[in-house]
Amino acid sequence: MSEIRVLLVDDEEELVSTLAERLSLRGIFAEWATSAEEALERLSPGRYDVAVLDVKIPRISGIELKKRMDEKNPGMKFIFITGHGSEADFQAGSAEAGSDYYLVKPVNIEDLITKMREVLTGKGGTE
Amino acid sequence: MESGFGNMIAWEKLKEFFSVKQDTSQDIPRYLFNYRRIWQVAVLLTGGVALVPLIFITLIDYQVTQHAIESEFLLRTTRVVSNSRRTISFFLAERKSAIDFIVHDNSFESLNNKGRLTLMLINLQKSFGGGFMDLGLIDSSGYQRNYVGPYRLEGKDYKGQEWYQKVVDHGVHISDVYLGFRRVPHMVIAVKKLMPDGSFYILRASFSISPFEDLLADLELDGRGDAFLINHQGTLQTTSRYHGGILERLSLPVPEYSPVSQVYEWKDPNGKELFIGYRFIDDSPFILMIVKDKHELMKPWFKTRFKLIVFLILSVTVILSVILGTATYMVKKIQIVDETRVMAFHQMEYANKMASIGRLAASVAHEINNPIAIINEKAGLIKDLFIIKGQYARDDKILGLVDSILNSVKRTGAITKRLLSFARNLEASIEPIHLKAVIQEVLGFMTKEAELRAIEIRLKVAEDISPFKADRGKLQQIFLNIINNAFAAMNEGGHLDISAEMETKGSVTVVFTDDGCGIPEEDLNRIFEPFFSTKTGQGGTGLGLSITYNLVTELGGTINVKSKPGQGTSFIISIPLDKEKGPDERDQGIACG
Repeated sequence: MSEIRVLLVDDEEELVSTLAERLSLRGIFAEWATSAEEALERLSPGRYDVAVLDVKIPRISGIELKKRMDEKNPGMKFIFITGHGSEADFQAGSAEAGSDYYLVKPVNIEDLITKMREVLTGKGGTE
Repeated sequence: MESGFGNMIAWEKLKEFFSVKQDTSQDIPRYLFNYRRIWQVAVLLTGGVALVPLIFITLIDYQVTQHAIESEFLLRTTRVVSNSRRTISFFLAERKSAIDFIVHDNSFESLNNKGRLTLMLINLQKSFGGGFMDLGLIDSSGYQRNYVGPYRLEGKDYKGQEWYQKVVDHGVHISDVYLGFRRVPHMVIAVKKLMPDGSFYILRASFSISPFEDLLADLELDGRGDAFLINHQGTLQTTSRYHGGILERLSLPVPEYSPVSQVYEWKDPNGKELFIGYRFIDDSPFILMIVKDKHELMKPWFKTRFKLIVFLILSVTVILSVILGTATYMVKKIQIVDETRVMAFHQMEYANKMASIGRLAASVAHEINNPIAIINEKAGLIKDLFIIKGQYARDDKILGLVDSILNSVKRTGAITKRLLSFARNLEASIEPIHLKAVIQEVLGFMTKEAELRAIEIRLKVAEDISPFKADRGKLQQIFLNIINNAFAAMNEGGHLDISAEMETKGSVTVVFTDDGCGIPEEDLNRIFEPFFSTKTGQGGTGLGLSITYNLVTELGGTINVKSKPGQGTSFIISIPLDKEKGPDERDQGIACG
């Protein structure tokens, strides 16, 4: 039985699929999507506790995707990851998720799980 | 001694004010003006325009005034000569006419009567005042037949005397002044009367020269003037004040004949300049001379000339001082403005360069990050499969290799994170600063070089430094410049000590101390000046430290330097902590309180 249900969204399939598998090995229910459409398609109320979003997803920003997912599944928590350190990304990402839930690639898996637990227990993050 | 020293200091200060700095040891950047040249052109042009007309007009005035004064004196002398000539001519003509009248009015017999002749002399002396000394009647053989006067000259034979011959030849004669039988200077007027039978007799009167001397002495002459008579041979006929006694030879040359009064300038062998006026007195052997000392005459002019020269010197001094002062002031202002402009330009260029580096770093980091993340996850999965699922029978060697991959990924991640953070912070504005983290971040870029050159870096940051708000990018640039500078000064195996601590007055002090080559004392005051560089020709722009100085100033801080050549250098940077606390810290403050 999984304690956390997570949806991983990143356009790098190699990355997101491997990460999902590794989370599964640790008993976390992890599914992944490589586009915003796919992510929204997978989403149904109560299906995921937390979403890990790349700030930059083709055709739509991670911030925009977060808003749409939030509408579809209120109460969901979010963590952003990025390969980019630009100021604009940082400002947007940390404003949305709080600077503590804005991670720069490559991400240590144990750190990611810690952050997910934190965000779910309400220590920080949005909503 | 002391006032001399004071004067020297004042002089040095004056020199410093009037000097326009142009360090020729450095290459002058082409976008800076040649201030010395501007200064020279300004001074020459304004000085020329102001001074040339002034000097020109003063010189003309000098010439005109001098000439006018000289002309005035020449004219005045000419007038005195003319007037005196008239008096003397009249004096002689009057006496000559009197003798002439007597000789023609009286018969030989009447003149030969002693009583009668005595009466005539008395009457003449009465009518004509002084001067008539005696009267004598000389017959055609040259014997003095009758004589009345103070000397015993009766029976004297004048046949051999020059004047006698002249009377015989010309009928009338006025003689030079001479001593004669009586051995007293006198002159003679003699008139011949020709009888119908061809014989003749001569009436001769002699005069003392005192009336002439009185007459000449009465002349009011300025400029140590001297008036006297000479004969055509240059023998003085009256006593002169400065040019010899009576019957002596005149020390001046005898002037050339002229029918009118003349005045000329003459320089005597001693270099004394004289105005000499003269007039030949008609029908007499006399030349009237009036000699004046030009130097004495021109004394009033010398006073005027002195005033003129003082005025010129004062004017030139004032004009030059104003021009030099103004030109120096203006050129210095131009220089300051120009340097500020170039500084701003370079600072902008520098900031742009840093921003470009930042963007490049960010894009490289981003490009690398994704593949690294994939390597990270793949290697992580391999490890997970070994450990969590227990697949592929546990193999320590493979596990070691995977760990090694993961370690490398971690290291690469650290580098890209640093790059990204650096790039991000370059653009950042005011934000909370963790001083230690900022210094460490900057040091991160230098660790490789430090390792290669065996430079030991010791960082000591006091624990009580709380986060403060400042421009992170500027701080990074300041620290990077100072550390770069220290690295440039150090040899292999050098030491760089960085310490930071709180100051009581609400600021934090960061000290960078290296044991490099140090800075000579004479350069210490100049190292923050723009374009000052000891690395000219080695690619140094001379702007690094001046940009640093400006950045520190922009943060409201101060930067100081202490150095001993051969021992090392300390840069002491003091940065004020933010006065207005950000919302985060305010909350913290309330929570803590």
